Amino acid sequence: MQFILRRLAFYLVAAWVAITANFFIPRAMPGDAVDAILAKFPNLLPPARKALEATLGTGDQGSVWSQYVSYLNHVFHLDFGASLSNYPTPVTTIVANGVYWTLGLVGVATVIAFTLGTGLGILAGWRAGGRLDRALPAMMFLQATPYFFLALLLIQVFGITLGYFPVAGAYDGINYTPGWSWAYFTNVLDHAFLPALTIVVTSVAGWMLQMRNVMVTTVGEDYVVAAQAKGLPDRRVIFTYAARNALLPQLQKFGLALGFVVSGALVMEIVFSYPGIGYLLLNAAASKDTPLMQAIFLLITIAVLAANLLVDLVIVLFDPRVRTREAT
Amino acid sequence: MKALARLWRRLPGTAKAGVIMLGVFVLIAIIGPEVTPYDPGVTTPLQAASPSSAHLLGTTQTGQDVLSQFLIGVRLTLELAFWVGVIATALSVIVGVTAAFLGGIWDEFLSLVSNVFLVIPALPLLIVLLGFLNGTSAGQGQLPVILVLSLLGWPWGARVVRAQALSIRSRDFIAAARETGERGWRIIFFDIIPNIISLIAASFVNTVLYAVGASVALAFIGLTDPNSWSLGTMLYWAQLGNALQIGAWWWYVPPGLAVALLGTALVLLNTGIDELTNPRLRDARSATKIAGRRVWPTDPTPVLGALNGRGGLAGLARPFGRKSLIDEAALARIPGGNAEKAGEL
Repeated sequence: MQFILRRLAFYLVAAWVAITANFFIPRAMPGDAVDAILAKFPNLLPPARKALEATLGTGDQGSVWSQYVSYLNHVFHLDFGASLSNYPTPVTTIVANGVYWTLGLVGVATVIAFTLGTGLGILAGWRAGGRLDRALPAMMFLQATPYFFLALLLIQVFGITLGYFPVAGAYDGINYTPGWSWAYFTNVLDHAFLPALTIVVTSVAGWMLQMRNVMVTTVGEDYVVAAQAKGLPDRRVIFTYAARNALLPQLQKFGLALGFVVSGALVMEIVFSYPGIGYLLLNAAASKDTPLMQAIFLLITIAVLAANLLVDLVIVLFDPRVRTREAT
Repeated sequence: MKALARLWRRLPGTAKAGVIMLGVFVLIAIIGPEVTPYDPGVTTPLQAASPSSAHLLGTTQTGQDVLSQFLIGVRLTLELAFWVGVIATALSVIVGVTAAFLGGIWDEFLSLVSNVFLVIPALPLLIVLLGFLNGTSAGQGQLPVILVLSLLGWPWGARVVRAQALSIRSRDFIAAARETGERGWRIIFFDIIPNIISLIAASFVNTVLYAVGASVALAFIGLTDPNSWSLGTMLYWAQLGNALQIGAWWWYVPPGLAVALLGTALVLLNTGIDELTNPRLRDARSATKIAGRRVWPTDPTPVLGALNGRGGLAGLARPFGRKSLIDEAALARIPGGNAEKAGEL
């Protein structure tokens, strides 16, 4: 319990730092931002100017402290104002539209990559120096490939040259309407295939490499040798003795990755024009849509923190050492 | 020099490959900009031409020479990654060692700061920061990207350095140095840091890797100065100029492949450093396969055991090198085994 409370306190501090950074970054930036932004969006109405001045801390707004308090108040009520590029749609509506595309696509792809990579890592680590293990440099090449570059190649080959898959968007908005129909569902899957493949191919090696390294270390432990000496079948030694313990650091990293699911494979979404959170954030940054940018950054941060907290809870469940350390 | 040669011999093969690949890139970065055939920014009427003798890597849609852009791009990307590596690693060593050395409330505070930085997602924060900077006078050139990447790149290294420095701090020779009245800074620079140098090297390589990936991604989405020809900027213009649609592979494949190879070189180098410092990972390479089982040098002393059911030998190992300790002719005579299987050993 004490462990969890400590972690909880830590995440609260982290969240506070992120929220505060979000408040100060626009204020620390050079130039008169308000006029520059207003010049970009001729369709803004007068109230937008006031809101913008409040966000960016220019104009007559009272002391920094009172600005900060009112900003915190807005954040707690999830009131991020109106988006500038889609004035006057509230930011929260736009974000809500983007978030489930990202969760669906990147979430599923991350889980697949994690499962596959961990499985391969277990095998490679168990038979270190074996055939699978020697394939690691090739996997490292895949891992080091920038995923947007792989995405470009996939688009070129499967999208444009062969024409197997659509290369942009989340579904065909002209011929299909969103709903619970089979045709729409397959169309969504069609659009998600190449982006998901990109994520899986580029991230599987990272999982595999880490799992393999921890596995190699674990296999050398005495209790694994003892299990083998008892004559237990290999499968039981691998999964119940070695892999189970080697999995703990892997889980910790999985928490981080889960958090990043929300931020999406930011750049991947741009390449495929996939209407997720990453795409929104990039467009917001490119058009200096400050309220949208701030809301998305906060959302991503909170998601990362929540995922980490979740993993901490799981680790308490899985790792008795954490529990006993508390007791002492 | 001699120490370097010895280090080189101890490096695993994959790490050697990494060092060589990295060396090639550094060479390109040093001499590349001197030998560019054209000015990378100059547009010519020769648009989107495929590779030829005049333009070895073809031209872009606006007729710029791809090879010239590439050579300068490697230089700028490496330069940026190098400086981010230096600044961020320096920061992480300062924070990590200070936290470990001072201990107490300072340690709590510095650890908290680095953990918070670690958990706040870097890429979105980078995008927000550069989104504000881009297009203003402060957003010119590579400097803002270097500073922003360094600012967010140090916490992981700091955490690792702190953990190691903590364990070194409690050793006897540090206590002895304190007793003899050594000053704090001397203990830090002459006793602690030399002992974590391999850790610092690994953290440097990691940071460079992160800087390459992040800077290329940020340039690709157009958040850095589009007029400085880094590899990411090349990809940005290629995407903007519809290089895919017009089939101009010579435009986007060289920079993309270069980034991938550069990254591979760094990952290989890093696993090499890992293996140098973690004997178990190193020994994994020298495992020997005996009767379907892998045997490591760290395993208990092998014994010549009974034959197992499959006719192979169980619990027989030859872990220290290729040369057999067993008389193979004698093996061939063991009932149930045969010369072929003995040869496999």
